[in-house]
Amino acid sequence: MQYLLTLYADESGFTRMTPEQQQQGLAAYMAYTQALQTAGVLVGRNRLRPSSTATTVRSTNGKTQVLDGPFIESKEQLGGYYLIDVPNLDAALSWASKCPGVNHGVVEIRAIWEMSPTTHQYETHEAAASAR
Amino acid sequence: MATPCSGALVQETAEAVARHSYGKLVAFLAARSGNLAAAEDALSEAFAAALEDWPRNGCPDNPEAWLLTVARRKLIDAARRRKNEAPAEEYELAVDTLPDTTVQREIPDRRLGLMFACAHPAIDAGIRAPLMLQAVLGLDAARIASAFLMSPTAMGQRLVRAKTKIRQAGIPLKVPDREELPARLETVLDAIYAAFSDGWLDAAGTDASRRDLAEEAIYLCRLVTAMLPTEAEALGLLALMLYAEARRKARRSPEGAYIALAEQDISLWDRGRIAEAEAALLRASTMGLIGRYQLEAAIQSAHIARRREAVNNWPAVVKLYDALLQLTGSPVAAINRAVALAETEGPAAALVALNAVSPDPRIIDYQSYWAARADLLARTGAHRESRDAYEIAIGLERDESVRQVLEQRRAQLQR
Repeated sequence: MQYLLTLYADESGFTRMTPEQQQQGLAAYMAYTQALQTAGVLVGRNRLRPSSTATTVRSTNGKTQVLDGPFIESKEQLGGYYLIDVPNLDAALSWASKCPGVNHGVVEIRAIWEMSPTTHQYETHEAAASAR
Repeated sequence: MATPCSGALVQETAEAVARHSYGKLVAFLAARSGNLAAAEDALSEAFAAALEDWPRNGCPDNPEAWLLTVARRKLIDAARRRKNEAPAEEYELAVDTLPDTTVQREIPDRRLGLMFACAHPAIDAGIRAPLMLQAVLGLDAARIASAFLMSPTAMGQRLVRAKTKIRQAGIPLKVPDREELPARLETVLDAIYAAFSDGWLDAAGTDASRRDLAEEAIYLCRLVTAMLPTEAEALGLLALMLYAEARRKARRSPEGAYIALAEQDISLWDRGRIAEAEAALLRASTMGLIGRYQLEAAIQSAHIARRREAVNNWPAVVKLYDALLQLTGSPVAAINRAVALAETEGPAAALVALNAVSPDPRIIDYQSYWAARADLLARTGAHRESRDAYEIAIGLERDESVRQVLEQRRAQLQR
């Protein structure tokens, strides 16, 4: 199964660090990425620019609205992600717990909804059933 | 060979299989796909088919294998119904896990893996015990709901949500790896104890669904100790529950009045259960790994020994509570420790110890804290304060007969 690990952290933490600390922080992420690669479970990953650069788009009454800033204003913001392919949630949890992100923020784990025309139909049906 | 059998025998056989094989069959049917709900549906259809088929064609020699074969067919049918052209891989998933049941070999017991999935840390803690009772023992949502003081609809929805999470988040139905095991076993044992405590709250034993729940919890714990025989805490929990269950009959007068441990008629205690508890605790103690449940069981053992042998073992009880408090930091342990301390150092010292717990916000609405406080205050002669504490304790108590005891005690205080 594929899982998306999203990393949330207080962005000001990084800017408050000394250059040496920042270097160490980045090295920790590089080592983690390397470990995921070596294990053959890494599908994709990226670090995001700060949330101050975020732009949101929505459509109300057919009119497109563009706004400066992130969707949710909060202290902890989405800062990056890893997409991994592992057998089950336990394996995903094990990788997530090793992510440097857990030391200065939160890592959320979400299973990827694997799409095929038939599973899509089935899962939508089931989601409706469980909501009843 | 199969012989035709009477309706009563069919019912009896089906019930026996349901009791012992339900979880085994669910665990087996859902092992690969993780789809608990589909496995449960298929199995309940198979049970319904059995009640139709067996009176006509006789009870099968291997009812478990019969049910599995039928449930398997239902599972595949359901998968087909859901999507007209079943995607190859999902279809294989359903078939692949199933053995050739014409060779009537033993169905592997994967109930432990199922229990670990139900009590997974990724599952909301409050639903772990109900989920386990349903998936492993086949109890229906309405019965579980009544024991957990929840509406059947709300319970049903939460169970569905938890099962959906197991499947969609990919929670594995298996026993975790060695290094994960201790922490994960703790959540399994906690869920079993939660099921037991909810059964145990019904001290009068008048509510059948709750009384049975205590038995079901003991059954689940026996499963764990059978499959993980070297886990000391599982044995500790089994001992703890058996000690408590052994005294059930003595906890109420024939009129239903609450009877405290010190006044119980010990001839009503179940000696077989106590012996079994002692044996389990002894076995746990040889494994050299102390834990919360072993300590709590040891405290129960001390209380029983004190009544049976008329020994004063309160100092040992205080020491056990010291250890428990250090291990768990639980305010409940602190309250019980203070109560035990009253027997060794007197009520004044106990009150000092109890006051140390008072700032904990978790005890404000905890009946036992106020009852203990009221009792200790009465014993130090502070009758007015004691009455106030009794007032709060009475207000917090759900059980009518316990409330009566508290009211009697309050009435005995000087104005």
